[in-house]
Amino acid sequence: MEGWDPNTKSTLTQIPLLTIKAGPRDGAAWTQRLKEEYKALIAYTSMNKSKDNDWFRISAANPEGTRWKGKCWYVHNLLKYEFDLQFDIPVTYPATAPELELPELDGKTEKMYRGGKICLTVHFKPLWAKNCPRFGIAHALCLGLAPWLAAEIPVLVDSGMIKHKDDVATSSET
Amino acid sequence: MEVELKELLNDLQSLKKSISDPSHLALIDKMHLHAENIATLEKSGTTRRSKVKDMSAEVVDSNPYSRLMALQRMGIVKNYERIREFSVAIVGIGGVGSVAAEMLTRCGIGRLLLYDYDKVELANMNRLFFRPEQVGMTKTDAAVQTLSEINPDVMLESYTLNITTVQGFDTFMSSLTNKSFQPTMSGSGVDLVLSCVDNYEARMVVNQACNELNQTWMESGVSEDAVSGHIQLLIPGETACFACVPPLVVASGIDERTLKREGVCAASLPTTMGVVAGLLVQNTLKYLLKFGQVSRYLGYNALKDYFPTMEMKPNPQCSNAACLERQKEYILAKPTRDAAAKAKADMEALSAAENPVHADNEWNISVVDDELDGSDTRNSGVLPEGIVHELPVADEYLKPPNTEVVGPADDLEELRRQLEALNAD
Ligand SMILES: [Zn+2]
Repeated sequence: MEGWDPNTKSTLTQIPLLTIKAGPRDGAAWTQRLKEEYKALIAYTSMNKSKDNDWFRISAANPEGTRWKGKCWYVHNLLKYEFDLQFDIPVTYPATAPELELPELDGKTEKMYRGGKICLTVHFKPLWAKNCPRFGIAHALCLGLAPWLAAEIPVLVDSGMIKHKDDVATSSET
Repeated sequence: MEVELKELLNDLQSLKKSISDPSHLALIDKMHLHAENIATLEKSGTTRRSKVKDMSAEVVDSNPYSRLMALQRMGIVKNYERIREFSVAIVGIGGVGSVAAEMLTRCGIGRLLLYDYDKVELANMNRLFFRPEQVGMTKTDAAVQTLSEINPDVMLESYTLNITTVQGFDTFMSSLTNKSFQPTMSGSGVDLVLSCVDNYEARMVVNQACNELNQTWMESGVSEDAVSGHIQLLIPGETACFACVPPLVVASGIDERTLKREGVCAASLPTTMGVVAGLLVQNTLKYLLKFGQVSRYLGYNALKDYFPTMEMKPNPQCSNAACLERQKEYILAKPTRDAAAKAKADMEALSAAENPVHADNEWNISVVDDELDGSDTRNSGVLPEGIVHELPVADEYLKPPNTEVVGPADDLEELRRQLEALNAD
């Protein structure tokens, strides 16, 4: 795991791995996979809470578990910046990772594809490919979204591209 | 529009006659002049050509197909007019796909199916095809607008959707199998699918659809540093599918680690994209109209002007189930294929004996393909110089970083509740 910071690395190793290689078009096998996804997400969320590093909420937005919605946040200079988070489980999952979207930041940073899809590092896709089908949604959040927020949010705040919600009212008047 | 303007001019004329106050006359005359100017502009702006029933080889200025039909006269293509029978699906109407669509439109292709979910942005203006006044339109709508003006003979279908989602994929599949354009077609409803998307995820989806439909397709790509690209022909069961081996890309010769990626996702050049679109459509024309050699893989390294080529056999251990089915069918069909090849070779030998051999016949001889015998199908792993794998293979032997593995079982609803409980506080 070259190119990852030690913190991400140690967190990743504590998220349970998945075993079933099934995507949304695989019927009953997908339901089994979905159970594994939930277990990994439950374990990851509990772990974050116990370490006082809670940073996202995510729930299935449809009964099939193919669309997910939630929130993620990042604390910079003691202020909390929160964003909507959403993604679809692609039909070729888990061979390909879900493309994580932060729609509110669409067009605000170069490190994003259109539609608010975050631009992952060169290290993410190879690691995902190597670990198919063991990595799931929880791993994508840990390896994809967490490092992205840590790298991009400070830049976006410092450059004034995003404002803290408490500052919005006052700054919009000036 | 024309009728409306005529009406307006008539109304102004009658208004002028009926009016008693002469001080208004100058104003009415001015309005009349404006209306006439609009009518002139309108006429010059929309000189759309009407549809052409048959492709003519007649060399006159007014024939849009004369230079294409000349290919037939010169003996390069046997029957150029067949192009009107073909349907091509283009997935991704970006820097490569839009240019490929324009080329096929100008060539007089029968039907184009266009897929994209994105809108035209000013940031796309460093590429070809889209115009600044189309900013904000969906790429599919903007493409249909331009393409139908260029050549009204082409039947255009546009699909504004994301093929990687479950719903988008269903629409994608059903649109490919619709045979209303050529009801007699065997297989799917299109002759070729061109993948012009910019990411691995979408390519894997096109691969999935084409493996399931037994649909021949071509893949294209431009590197994120904009200085290399490639095209690849994929015939389910016969060639490697996109999942058989990790994606192959042309090495730009730049060390990835020295590539400065901070602050940008990808670079793009109209040149590299135009070259790749040109290579893609050239291969498409050769494949559809049966002339020349159709490339299986053709790379382009812009820094060195190096064009590596290669071929890849399917991987019997491919992770894609539909690919394995197609491989089985391909092996089973070997006797039929051999018989057809022999019959064709005999026919050609016969006609060669009757007629003196023409230089332009050279490429029409079909080479009896060199069969996979079921054992020697593993890709040797030796790639031509300058081509590298973009991603590693799933490493089955990698020791899990964590011994704890979640198993199935349990109740889905209960798990959902557990996560929601955690989410609640
Ligand atoms: Zn395959």
